[in-house]
Amino acid sequence: MVVFDKPHALADVSMHYCPGCTHGIVHRLVAEVMDELGIEGKAIGIAPVGCSVMAYNYFNCDMIEAAHGRAPAVATGVKRALPENIVFTYQGDGDLASIGMAETVHAAARNENITIIFINNAIYGMTGGQMAPTSLPGQVTQTSPYGRDVNHCGYPIKVCEMLSTLDGAEYLERVAVNNVKNVKNAKKAIKKAFQNQVEGKGFSLVEVVSSCPTNWGLTPQKALEWIDEKMIPYYPLGVYKDRSAESEAK
Amino acid sequence: MADKVLMKGNEAIAEAAIIAGCRHYFGYPITPQTEIAAYMAKRMPKIGGCFLQAESEIAAINMVYGVSSTGHRVMTSSSSPGISLKGEGISYLAGADLPALIVNVQRGGPGLGGIQPSQSDYFQATKGAAHGDFHMIVLAPASVQEMADLTVKGFELADKYRMTSMILADGTMGQMMEPVSLDYDIKEMPEKPWATTGTNMEREHNIVNSLFLSPEQLETENFKRYERYKYIEENEALYEEYMMDDAEICVAAFGIAARVAKNAINAAREKGIKVGLIRPITLWPFPVAPFKKAAKQVQQVISVELSMGQMIEDIRLATECKVPVTLCNRVGGMIPSPEQVLKAIEDANGGAK
Repeated sequence: MVVFDKPHALADVSMHYCPGCTHGIVHRLVAEVMDELGIEGKAIGIAPVGCSVMAYNYFNCDMIEAAHGRAPAVATGVKRALPENIVFTYQGDGDLASIGMAETVHAAARNENITIIFINNAIYGMTGGQMAPTSLPGQVTQTSPYGRDVNHCGYPIKVCEMLSTLDGAEYLERVAVNNVKNVKNAKKAIKKAFQNQVEGKGFSLVEVVSSCPTNWGLTPQKALEWIDEKMIPYYPLGVYKDRSAESEAK
Repeated sequence: MADKVLMKGNEAIAEAAIIAGCRHYFGYPITPQTEIAAYMAKRMPKIGGCFLQAESEIAAINMVYGVSSTGHRVMTSSSSPGISLKGEGISYLAGADLPALIVNVQRGGPGLGGIQPSQSDYFQATKGAAHGDFHMIVLAPASVQEMADLTVKGFELADKYRMTSMILADGTMGQMMEPVSLDYDIKEMPEKPWATTGTNMEREHNIVNSLFLSPEQLETENFKRYERYKYIEENEALYEEYMMDDAEICVAAFGIAARVAKNAINAAREKGIKVGLIRPITLWPFPVAPFKKAAKQVQQVISVELSMGQMIEDIRLATECKVPVTLCNRVGGMIPSPEQVLKAIEDANGGAK
C-alpha cells in the first residue's frame, strides 16, 4: 500500500535548491493542490527570476519563464487569452516586492483572476544573499553588512498588509512552512487561492514565510527557529483579506 | 476593388491588426500614437477582444509576452521613450522565440525629447533594441495604406519566423489621413505546437523560456536563430525603386522622408538631373541588393533622414563604400523640405545650374 507518493503535478527530477530550503515544501504543496483540484492539465505556471527561476522544470503543467518581476503581467496576458485555464505565478520577495512591485500592485488592483504564490525569505538567494525588500531591520546581508539600517535604506515591505488596502484584491493570506502545523495551514491557503480562481473570484495571493539557511548563515533547523523568533513577529501570519468571506458575513 | 475609406495612419494600423486576427492589445498612453489605443479600446470589446491599458510599457510588453505564449496574435504600440522601456520584454520575446507585433510611432529624442516626428530610433529598431544577439523584422511604411498593409504583413512574418515584427513609423505617418483599402486575404496562422495552452494531460508540458545556463546550449540557440535570420535576409527584404533606371545620383529614404525625397526628385528631373530613389520598406532585413547595384551605377548616394544619420551606416555597408554617401537631414521633430533635398541633389550634381 502506498502511503506517501509524489504528486503527479510535481516533475520527477532532482531540484537545485540548497539543503534545508523550504522551496521544495511549497512546490510540493502547489503540486498536491493541482492534483486534488484536478487542474494540472489546465494549469499554466509562470516562473520568476530568483531561486525558483527553474521552477518551470519542476511542475508537469505548461510553464513560462518571465523576466524579473514581470510574472503578474505575463500571467495577465495568459489569463486574458485563456480565461478557462488556471494561471499561477511563483515568485520570491525580490521579484515580487522590489523590481516587480508595480506589476504586483496593478494585477491586484485589477483583480486579475490569477493565483500568486509569494515566497518571503527576506533575502536574495540566487545572487548570493543581498538585502531584500523584506529583509528585517538590522538583518545582516551581503549588501547590508552592518545590518539593515532603516534610516539609510528604509523599512521592510509588508506585502499582504499593503495589498489589503486595494479594493481589487480577493484573497490575501500569510502562512509559514517551518513546522507541521504551519505547513498544513499553508496547504489550506494555497488550495483556497487556486479554488478561488476556479470559481472566478479573482486575485488570490499567498505569502509563504520561508527560510534560506545558506544565506542566513544558519543550519536548516536553526533557520526554521529563526522564522518563529524573528520573521513571524514582523510578518504576522493570518488572513489579510477574504472578500467573499467578508461579504458573506454581512 | 474594395471601397476606400479615409483614415488616420494610427487608426489604419489598429483596424488592419483586427482584420489580421489580433484580439489582444496592451499599451500605455504616449503621444503621438494614442489613437491606436483609443481605437482598440472602442473596437475590442465589441468583437470579443481584449484591450487593456497597462500600468507601464514594461507591463504592457510582458502582457504581450503572456498572450504570445498562448499562441494568439497580440500587439502593443508606443512611441520612442516607451519603446525603450519595452526593450527588456523585446529581448525576452526574442530569446523565447515568441511572435508579436510592436508599433513605434517615433518622436524626437533622446530623453523625453519632443512629440514631433522623427526617425532617430533606426539604430534601436534595427540593431540594438535590448541586450543579446537578436533582430526584429522592421517595417517602414510611407503611406497610410502601407501602415495597414505592413501591419498585416508584420503579423504574418512574426508567426512564420517566430519573432517580433516592428512597424517603425513616425508622428507624421501616424497622424496623416489618406484613403485606404482594407481588403485582405488573411493567411491561416501556422500551427503553434510550442504554445502553453495547458497539457490537458495529453502531452508533455511545454515551456516558454529564454534561460539556458549551459553555454553550449545557449550558443546553439543563438546559431539556430541566426540561421533563420540569414534566410530572412535572403528572402524578405522589401524596397521600392523610383526613377533608378538611368539615375546618376541616388537618394535613399524611408517613411515620411521618402515622400519628401520624391517631390525633390521630381523637381530635379524637371531640371534634367538624373536622380532616383531607393526606399527601403524593410529596414531589417536591409535591402542590400538595390544599393549594391546602385554602387556600380551612380556617382553619389544621399541619405535623407530625420536623424543624425543612422540608416546611412547600412547604406555604406551595402555599397561597400564604393561611392560617396552623404547625409541630408533634419532632427528634433523637424522635417527636411523638398527644397533642402533638391539642393542636396544639385550639390551632388556639381551645384545649381
